[in-house]
Amino acid sequence: MRTDGSLTALILFLPPALLLFTLFVIWPIFSAVDLSFYKWNGYGDVTNFVGLRNYEILVKNSIFHQSLFNSVKLLLASIFLQIPLALVLALLLYRKTSANTAFRLIFFAPYILAEIATGLIWSFIFDGDYGISAMVADKLGTEPFYILADKQWAFWTIIIVVVWKYFGYHMMIFIAALQAVPSDLVEAAEIDGASSLKTIWYVKLPMIMHAIKLSVLFAITGALQVFDIIIPLTNGGPSNSTHSIVSFLYTFGLARMNVGFGAAVGVVLFALCVGTAFTYKRMAIDKGGQL
Amino acid sequence: MKRTKLFPQLMRAAFLSFIAALVILPLLATFLGGFKTLGELRAAPFGIPSEWSFTVFVDILTGSAFWTYLRNSLIISLSAVVLTVLCASMAAYVFAQIRFFGSRYLQSYMLLGMMFPFATAIVPLFFQINRFGLLDNPLGIILPQTAFSMAFAVVLLRSFFQQLPKELFEAAYVDGCGYVGFFFRFTLPLSTPILATVGTFVFVQSWNNYLLPLVVLNEQSLFTWPLGIMQFRGEFIVEWNRILAFVSLTILPALIFFTFTQKYIVAGLTRGSVKG
Repeated sequence: MRTDGSLTALILFLPPALLLFTLFVIWPIFSAVDLSFYKWNGYGDVTNFVGLRNYEILVKNSIFHQSLFNSVKLLLASIFLQIPLALVLALLLYRKTSANTAFRLIFFAPYILAEIATGLIWSFIFDGDYGISAMVADKLGTEPFYILADKQWAFWTIIIVVVWKYFGYHMMIFIAALQAVPSDLVEAAEIDGASSLKTIWYVKLPMIMHAIKLSVLFAITGALQVFDIIIPLTNGGPSNSTHSIVSFLYTFGLARMNVGFGAAVGVVLFALCVGTAFTYKRMAIDKGGQL
Repeated sequence: MKRTKLFPQLMRAAFLSFIAALVILPLLATFLGGFKTLGELRAAPFGIPSEWSFTVFVDILTGSAFWTYLRNSLIISLSAVVLTVLCASMAAYVFAQIRFFGSRYLQSYMLLGMMFPFATAIVPLFFQINRFGLLDNPLGIILPQTAFSMAFAVVLLRSFFQQLPKELFEAAYVDGCGYVGFFFRFTLPLSTPILATVGTFVFVQSWNNYLLPLVVLNEQSLFTWPLGIMQFRGEFIVEWNRILAFVSLTILPALIFFTFTQKYIVAGLTRGSVKG
């Protein structure tokens, strides 16, 4: 080895990152698997080994089924509402003009807002006594509709807020991809007489397929992790119908100190995230070939 | 612009304005809401206040809670930024510049962190933080946040450092400068754009984070602003003008900050997406 200080750099520079990462990311993950085999209320020693009992309870829990189903609904909304909207906006706005920049800034702004603040703002909008529904009810002279307390419709508010908050994020990914499409390709198509719709369908969309697939991947992992938005909006209610997996974990695992159970939910969430991400990556991204 | 047909242009403008209105109206209602009386808030949630009332804002700004929350959040977020940028850039520098046995394994190990959402490990994380005696301590938030940003930061920084010309180091080495000195004297100063990108990203994430402070902090004087705002909501449950004023005061600085740093935020986002 040269006397260029590479050994010193190795010894000084690597440990802080590795240590923090191991202590606060890797260790807790493994510890979650371990804890999930115990029944523990957070006090005293962890001795009550229950095997797979926590997982059994979880699999049979109807509220957990509902929260899984809610994640699927969010995912579908993301794929069929949010991503198409983002795509259309990206196609309209990817060219660099000052008006486009202004629109982009507006559409991206909700992404930067804290989820908690977003949830609070929308819980006002949806509030039966003060928001939109109060205004509409007053105009029509009817009783206000308390959508956040309605079992049938409450989850729709969460879908609306999630789409509102994240469509700009997907739009930005598409814009970056569209700007990387070589402009001579598009011009060539136009010179050959392709209509703008055909140019989009046969040239631009195939060229940004990679970004679209990634966007779907982010939508999947995002849908599994929603938490902060739900707390101010519905807090999982009415009668636990609007939980996400994470809010389920928090409410029934952490807040009630069912430590083993909470850890088990965490492990399942982890498996779902990694599992779907890997399968999706295998199926859509690696095989896709383009780019 | 060769074809500027009027009708498609009008449709385009109408569509974009419609979506923009859907984004802006809830925010506008929030900003205006704090200036209204409760009665007016009910009658016209989206209207301009007939009489601008500042009492709610004055109450919040002259009280101590708001400033405490803001200060706590600022301390935590800035510390997380400094710590992440420092630790991650040192590690990324080693991965990018020095060949050593195990480098690849260590990099794959760190990459694992890209896949773990915070929530998965929140239960054991809580006990880990407790074991270190860091509950009700800002460090109990700063250290885990740094750890969870590490993988993303190392990946971004490493790919940037790899693009720095190798000849630069050879020249510096001839002048008697080793790897450690080179990092501080050349690598860091040459990398300010990417450091800003990573820093802004970590800041926004830390600033908006709710779950971790919720789990770690019990003592109200230590609350970050997302906890504070929920506490405030609990106290003034139906006084929406107060709640909206509080929300306005916390999101306004965030939006201003964003307008100035969006270049970096978007860069981090799209770089991350290109790498996958």
